[in-house]
Amino acid sequence: MNSLTRTMKAKKYRIALIEPSILLSEGLKAIFHAHPEFEIVSYSTNIPHFLERPTAVPPDIILINPMVIDFQRQNHVRSVFSAYPGALLVAIVYQFIDQDVLKQYHGSITVFDDPRKIQKKLNHAINTTHGAPEAIDNFDLSDREKEILMSVVRGLQNKEIADMHNISIHTVISHRKNISRKTGIKSVAGLTVYALLHHLLDQDEIE
Amino acid sequence: MKHLLFSGKQKLSDLIHANYKLLLVLPRFNIKLGFEDRKVNEVCERYGISPHLFLMVCNVCTFDAYTPGRKEAEQLDIDGLILYLTRSHQDYREHRVPVIKGQLDRLLDYHDKKEEKSVRQFFDGYSTEVINHLHYEENTVFPYIYGLKRGIKSGQYHIKQFEKNHGNIEEKLHDLKNIIIKYLPDQGDAELRNQVLFNLFWLEEDLNRHTLLEERILIPFVQQLEERLNNTGEHE
Repeated sequence: MNSLTRTMKAKKYRIALIEPSILLSEGLKAIFHAHPEFEIVSYSTNIPHFLERPTAVPPDIILINPMVIDFQRQNHVRSVFSAYPGALLVAIVYQFIDQDVLKQYHGSITVFDDPRKIQKKLNHAINTTHGAPEAIDNFDLSDREKEILMSVVRGLQNKEIADMHNISIHTVISHRKNISRKTGIKSVAGLTVYALLHHLLDQDEIE
Repeated sequence: MKHLLFSGKQKLSDLIHANYKLLLVLPRFNIKLGFEDRKVNEVCERYGISPHLFLMVCNVCTFDAYTPGRKEAEQLDIDGLILYLTRSHQDYREHRVPVIKGQLDRLLDYHDKKEEKSVRQFFDGYSTEVINHLHYEENTVFPYIYGLKRGIKSGQYHIKQFEKNHGNIEEKLHDLKNIIIKYLPDQGDAELRNQVLFNLFWLEEDLNRHTLLEERILIPFVQQLEERLNNTGEHE
């Protein structure tokens, strides 16, 4: 009874498989057969076939060989599956694939992975994606960040900045991280240019 | 996986069509264009270059996931690789960086004194750092490797120390791109500004490939040399 309720409660991940090779797809089906938390709900050898046959409930994971996506759209993989915004994209890799292309996927498995590793990689993709932070869209520096920026540009060390503003070193570091994230500039020399171009600083001040 | 990489039986021109950035690689091997339909092996023979080394460099520069296997690495023509790296340095010093500097100077002529001075100072700081790093490789790292080859382990130096040095340089180049894309006021020659950016992106990619060559080929090879020397216990 106990074990039954546990299996019923456990989330089952629905996988749509898009892979032209019969050998590979049969192998993957056999592997997932042994792992009840994954279920292959649709199988296609190409994209049009997949898109024409929507499943009743959308898949949680789209397991796809990146090579089935035509070249022009390889850098816009998400747009191909815009009808499935909630699905994780996991690549099946068995040849060299450009890193930039692969970056668009939530994860990847290779033909050299054993069943345990495949399962682990899928779980990793599931867990890391759910925990991902929301996009941050405010890129203006706050007044506090501007003050910290000025201290950094004047060559003060984190400890000195912390004392001057009565905050902990930890807070200084976190401000500095936010400044670099917002401005896209990491080096002190680069931040100095930023401050000058934004009229926060006069040239003679740094000389 | 191996058959998906470049091979000596392919035409050299096909390699360039597959990855035009290899055009930067050719002069560093002293290979001139106009090689008709010759295969990689033939061109290499003509120029007296190890085809093995040439293909390794082309593969690292093209396929992100490519790392030579241990066996491949053992056959490495290390003198050839160091010559290639040295010529790349020369290229950065004499062409890539000065070209960007010249364009940037012209671009900054349109800006007020304050802007001009701050960006120029930043670029000068960056290029000094690059050049210092290249000097360090040529005067410390390469002689150390030549020593190892002759069985001499000199001083306290260890190839592991070498790897730390790249971070700052990459950071500053990244900053410079953002300054020009986002923050430099919109004045002057837009076309020139784009040229500067194209050159910065190319330089960045080229330097990254250069770093990959060092990390994936040079350093593992030198580590093997070090191990071998430590095992035989030959010190001077």
